[in-house]
Amino acid sequence: MLRGVGPDNRSDEGREEINMTVSTQSGYVVFDKVEKTYDGRVLVVKSLDLTVARGEFLTMLGPSGSGKTTTLMMLAGFETATGGDIYLDGAKINHIPPHKRGLGMVFQNYALFPHMTIAENVAFPLKVRNISKADAESKVRKALEMVQMAGLEGRKPAQLSGGQQQRIALARALVFEPKLLLMDEPLGALDKQLREHMQYEIKRLHETLGITVVYVTHDQSEALTMSDRIAVFNDGRIQQLASPDELYEKPQNSFVAQFIGENNQLRGVVKDILGGHARVEIGSSGTIEALAIQAEIGKPTIVSVRPERVEIEPASSDIAAIGRIEEVIYLGDHIRLRMNVLGNSEFIVKVRNGSNRRGFAVGDEVKIGWSLNDCRALDV
Amino acid sequence: MHPTIDQKALTRQLATAERRNKIKAFLLVLPLLLFVLASFIVPIGSLVWQGGYSDTFANALPETSKLLAAWDAKSPVSEELVKSFVTELKASKLKDPATPTRVATVVNRELSGSVSKFKQVMNASDLASPYKEKLTALNGEWEKPDLWRAMKIVSPSFTPRFYLQAVDLRLTAEGDVKPEGDENAIHLLLFGRTLMVAALVTFFCALLGFPIAYLLAHAETKTSNMLLIIVLLPFWTSLLVRTTAWIALLQQNGVVNDFLVAIGLIDNDHRLVMMYNMFATLVAMTHVLLPFMILPMFSVMKTIKPNLVRAALSLGATPWTAFWKVYFPQTIPGLGAGCLLVFILAVGYYITPALVGGQSGQLISNIIAFHMQKTLNWSLASAIATLLLIGVLLLYWLYNRLVGIDKMKLA
Amino acid sequence: MGGNTVGVHAFRNVPSMKLGSAEMKNWNGKLMLLGAMGTLAMSVAAAEAAQLTVISWGGAYTKSQTEAYQKPWMAKTGNTIVSADYNGGLAEVKAQVESKNVTWDVVDVETSEAISGCNDGLFEKIDASKLPKGDNGASPMDDFVPGAITDCAISTIAYANVFGYDSTKFSGDKPTKVADFFDLKKFPGKRGLKKEAKVNLEMALMADGVPAADVYKVLATKEGVDRAFKKLETIKGSIVWWEAGAQPPQLLASGEVTMTTAYNGRLFTPAVTENKPFVIVWDGQQQVFDTWAIPKGSKNKDLALDFIAFSTSTKPLADQARYIPYGPARKSSAPLVGKFQDDKTDMAPNMPTNPANMTNAIVQDVKFWADHYDELNERFVSWIGK
Repeated sequence: MLRGVGPDNRSDEGREEINMTVSTQSGYVVFDKVEKTYDGRVLVVKSLDLTVARGEFLTMLGPSGSGKTTTLMMLAGFETATGGDIYLDGAKINHIPPHKRGLGMVFQNYALFPHMTIAENVAFPLKVRNISKADAESKVRKALEMVQMAGLEGRKPAQLSGGQQQRIALARALVFEPKLLLMDEPLGALDKQLREHMQYEIKRLHETLGITVVYVTHDQSEALTMSDRIAVFNDGRIQQLASPDELYEKPQNSFVAQFIGENNQLRGVVKDILGGHARVEIGSSGTIEALAIQAEIGKPTIVSVRPERVEIEPASSDIAAIGRIEEVIYLGDHIRLRMNVLGNSEFIVKVRNGSNRRGFAVGDEVKIGWSLNDCRALDV
Repeated sequence: MHPTIDQKALTRQLATAERRNKIKAFLLVLPLLLFVLASFIVPIGSLVWQGGYSDTFANALPETSKLLAAWDAKSPVSEELVKSFVTELKASKLKDPATPTRVATVVNRELSGSVSKFKQVMNASDLASPYKEKLTALNGEWEKPDLWRAMKIVSPSFTPRFYLQAVDLRLTAEGDVKPEGDENAIHLLLFGRTLMVAALVTFFCALLGFPIAYLLAHAETKTSNMLLIIVLLPFWTSLLVRTTAWIALLQQNGVVNDFLVAIGLIDNDHRLVMMYNMFATLVAMTHVLLPFMILPMFSVMKTIKPNLVRAALSLGATPWTAFWKVYFPQTIPGLGAGCLLVFILAVGYYITPALVGGQSGQLISNIIAFHMQKTLNWSLASAIATLLLIGVLLLYWLYNRLVGIDKMKLA
Repeated sequence: MGGNTVGVHAFRNVPSMKLGSAEMKNWNGKLMLLGAMGTLAMSVAAAEAAQLTVISWGGAYTKSQTEAYQKPWMAKTGNTIVSADYNGGLAEVKAQVESKNVTWDVVDVETSEAISGCNDGLFEKIDASKLPKGDNGASPMDDFVPGAITDCAISTIAYANVFGYDSTKFSGDKPTKVADFFDLKKFPGKRGLKKEAKVNLEMALMADGVPAADVYKVLATKEGVDRAFKKLETIKGSIVWWEAGAQPPQLLASGEVTMTTAYNGRLFTPAVTENKPFVIVWDGQQQVFDTWAIPKGSKNKDLALDFIAFSTSTKPLADQARYIPYGPARKSSAPLVGKFQDDKTDMAPNMPTNPANMTNAIVQDVKFWADHYDELNERFVSWIGK
């Protein structure tokens, strides 16, 4: 239901138009042409437009330095936007100090107050709001139960494990029922297993409480697991804003295609475009067809195909090619083949490790193929 | 199940394997251990010892000491005592010509004027039996009990008299304790003044040092390096130069007064008196000791994550609450270390206050230095210093109870 | 931290630091080794014939001695003199005497050290009656000012503890008497005083009307001490304490005080060379002697005696005053005192020993202070502290 709010971003013009209407009306959090520079020369956030709906779990994903954390800090009030406006629930908040914004925030490395007990930490936001002691106590208890940390009230943060500390930080950020929960790479310091576990935990909390969450991470799998929508940041701009599946299936440019999931890239030149289908000449090795997403006739392009969408010896396929196996890697649930396809020796194919699998040997030449819908001609 | 392992053999193997490393490690710390022993523990031990032990008299006049101990300090002295005194005093000169003077100096501290009376004895060549009469003939003072009572006080080697004197009490020949005469009672007053000055200086250092340390810890590296150099700059000039600079600034014809007169804030005939009083002492000492406050605070603040304050703000705390409830408590180990350092240093300071403080700059350490250098009464100096040390240790203990010494962080 | 003493006895215009004599005495044992090492180095120099090693305080003071004593003596006798500096105290002398390896032949010491060193057997006795007569024919015992001759040492000069004022501060009457120092009504302003009982107590008594001759007699009684402190109490609130000899002229120049006690040379030099408006009041001056002594066991004892006899004779003592305003210990030298090295300033009126300056003067009583130093200083220190 939430996804409907997000703009359908097939084309740039369309997105622009929809954003303009959304930004002033239905958005819970709205960034309107927001800019930020630290040194007066380089913009780290460039004319950012972003709308988050009430109850949505939106993730800002991107490599470090892409502007995602700065955007979050502007929303939290720790950084001032040097251009544009930020709205929360219809009100402009550019000049409201952080402590008056009423946002819950979970930080990288938890930021628990080391000199306070767990109970004191969680009670802190209630205490500064002058909530009566009895009320506060019951709220703290509920919050700790919510994150399954009841019984640790008297301990100090240093006595807890990383995962436990993160749960406490979450409880503390939620205990005062904030309008919005901001999370800045909250799971970055945890080990893989715990991280995955916490992802589900956070997702569950989001669903139970129905709270709006803006989440920052550089880990794509985290983003895919938890988000309603993901904004992929690079170079101070949102490269694509879409649901996880759309982002994965239909990357709008080669950065997104490469950043989200694994991706085979075949460089070539667009020969012609017919009915949304581009014919791309890959070096001298041949020509393949691809969906023309960002392609112009006569211009270079990158054709992107996901490794798991490539079939070995398909009965029939839109695109067919011959691949010579260069390397075989056994990964248990699947087998990873590195092939030379159309002169590109970094071409990866993932083969499901089923009971009827055939054997592969380096040097074998196999027929491969994929569907036209999985093959997108993108910008260089 | 595993086969049972011989636990003892295993322990032995471990010990053998570790022994070499342990020996190496011990050899590495040995020089430091010896250094600490020689430069710290031994001197402090001797300090405490010297405050209660002085054997100049008993060494030079052993027999006389025994007789004085037996004497009741009231009845006329016996011929035996006088004879022993004269012969031992004369004999002591043979070993070391300076001994009689030294003994006289010790007695002189209890009874002024004793030195010349001892010299008379040393210079008299015809002292023979009956000694008492001959001595009286030399100087009538020898017939009175006062000189002998003074000798009785100083004759025991182990004596509480220095410690008593350090708290303005006097030991009498009878072994009683009486308060020091009003014109000489000063130590308790100065102990109090010293502690007060040290506390005030610590307070001002903390007040001024905190924002500077904050700036240092949270400014950009370039700015903070610059600031750090400025903070450390005073360390590169000598104490006397810094103190003298304050004199140049604060005196009546000094820079500050000149400036205030020039801008018309004060009248030329009513220049502010900022020198040779408590104000100057506090200003100069705060300046001199400020780096000792800033550095530990800086090193602690540097480790405080900026996220903590942000977290507090995001949770709805006002900037003041975030500072006071979240940031400030984290700085306490540094603040505590700085305060302890400054306080202890301030307690032992005496050059700066003596130069700029006038009358009020007279602190307990000046008295220690005075007895070390001028009267050479090292036992009294040791006793006062020991009491000061005990006072500082008490504060240290208090600090440990309140903050915890394991939490102390120095630069 | 902050352990160094500021007790600089810089009264000779000597720039170097010098520890108090009493202090040094106490380091005897510890400096034995140090002395012995110095001895080793010096014995090489002493091996050459007819060479005298003369030890003094360095700086301008040694320079004045070199010009007035050493150079003429070397010219006259053909012997050479090796000059070396020390920081006072008897430690090195003691080390040499006790190790029986005496390489110093003549040492410049203060009277108090000369007496205690003599008592401790560190110095040779000197028969003062064998010194040359004064140029006016006076016998040496009459020619030297009282207190200048002790058993083991012969004084060369006397410096004086005086007080001075800034003449621009008083438009009408100027201070002339020691009592004026304590008269805050007539001569308002702060007073500089040395932070020590010595000098101040004597001065207080003289200001209170005790004749110079009776000062130490009065001070030996409890009532006398009370009286001195009572007099000091009258100006206590206006006192700025100084410790180093360089401070008084600075205090005067900066206007911090209008009057201060000082060593006379310290006020003379800036007044003459920098035209500072400093005026010295000689009334109630207190003189201290500097003396020559010979360490016991000197290998050149006769030569040393000859040098002492020469340098303490009338003319060399008078010549020294050309370089430093310290008074010759012989009365017969006074009329011969000429001009300062600028060839303009008459030295005679600037000398502590000038008869006109001696009308109300005392010589510091070393024996009195040996008896009463501890007691009076303890009381003094506690008086200051309150």
